[in-house]
Amino acid sequence: MSAKLLHLPLMEDQLKDLRAGDRVELTGSLYTARDAAHKRMIETLEVGGILPFPIVGQTIYYVGPTPAKPGQVIGSAGPTTSGRMDLYAPKLIELGLKGMIGKGRRQKAVKDAMKEYKAVYFAAVGGAAALIARSIKKSEVIAYHDLGSEAIYRLEVERFPVIVINDIYGADLYEEGEKNYRIKP
Amino acid sequence: MDDIRKAVKNMCMDANYHLGSDMLETFRSALAEEESTVGKEVLEQLVENAEIASTQKVPMCQDTGMVVAFVELGQDCRIIGGGLYDAINQGIREGYQEGYLRNSIVKDPLQRYNTGDNTPGVIHLELVQGDECTIHLTAKGFGSENMSRLQMMKPADGMEGVKDFVIETVRLAGPNACPPMIVGVGLGGNFEMSAYLAKKSLLRPVGDRNEREDIAQLEKELLEKINQLGLGPQGMGGRTTALDVHVEVYATHIAGLPVAVNINCHASRHKTAVL
Repeated sequence: MSAKLLHLPLMEDQLKDLRAGDRVELTGSLYTARDAAHKRMIETLEVGGILPFPIVGQTIYYVGPTPAKPGQVIGSAGPTTSGRMDLYAPKLIELGLKGMIGKGRRQKAVKDAMKEYKAVYFAAVGGAAALIARSIKKSEVIAYHDLGSEAIYRLEVERFPVIVINDIYGADLYEEGEKNYRIKP
Repeated sequence: MDDIRKAVKNMCMDANYHLGSDMLETFRSALAEEESTVGKEVLEQLVENAEIASTQKVPMCQDTGMVVAFVELGQDCRIIGGGLYDAINQGIREGYQEGYLRNSIVKDPLQRYNTGDNTPGVIHLELVQGDECTIHLTAKGFGSENMSRLQMMKPADGMEGVKDFVIETVRLAGPNACPPMIVGVGLGGNFEMSAYLAKKSLLRPVGDRNEREDIAQLEKELLEKINQLGLGPQGMGGRTTALDVHVEVYATHIAGLPVAVNINCHASRHKTAVL
């Protein structure tokens, strides 16, 4: 099964062809954010402020990289557990966020928002952080510097390997995969 | 004290760069047996990732963990030049700084300010015979730590109750705990002892069985049942959900059956130094 190549930012048309379980390689720019950055973004919206980057069509990667060694673009940069962002994700999806990259299950509210507003959740391989870092070609902190590894970075990626977990049709690879391989006692 | 500081510093870096050979071998044998295409793809990425991390001396995972040190201090061993805990924390500080490892520790669980040097670690001290000081160090990621559970079961729940609880914990953990995982089980003792045993069991190499025949049998059975869950590598479906199960037991109270399950991700990082 060869990987589908996709360019970021994502267009709704591109999402129509994606199905849970597809292997995808992403090229283009995306933004990083973890718990602390999400909390701050939502708080900003609540007081009528604007987000640190235009969110329409964008993809957020849930990651807190290690410090870059001299000569490196970025340190090791694998996905963190997405569930911690579930509280904040539906609002961002409603505002136009099209892709999320992380690992682990999403709550129903997030899955519903993905279906309603057409967004996709990809998983990168948790713990494959040194491998993933090789597909990151540029890295720049664009907001929340004070959060350190939790700041918002803009990353330029080339053929970043991910797998579709939740597509716009409501399918979930975690549920399907477990069902397909479960051996009933 | 200086020897302890240096040993801890080196172990912090080594543990994060170099995955144990027991783990690598297990990845390869799992790869041969895995039926799911996406599962195979994940395992291939993990093998490649471990190779990159080791050759380039970069962390295999961006969650470089909270340091847990198990110190077995010989009762005839004397530490000179300062405190044991200070030496360990200083070693962590230097290892995380020099090794370009991520600082993941906040000073207070509610206020959440990063300490900026990955200290303090969690230190367990055991007094043993002899004049050596052995330090087992692990860098424990929180994706898997967060999916761990503890239950004070009833004696009547017995063996079946214990098995069900362990398997259910793994099922609930699923993709969040970064499978293929290592499952550590602490059985007996009291509330905190069971958790301590579960964590300590994760120090054992993959494939190592408990010395007690019945417990070794339990480990094998749990591993088999967990791998029937179908979660597979990264929870995307497949045969390889756990690479091993380690169970440690301790005496307990007539009224109790504490069971703790501590899950470790596939980046099972631990090193040992004898001083």
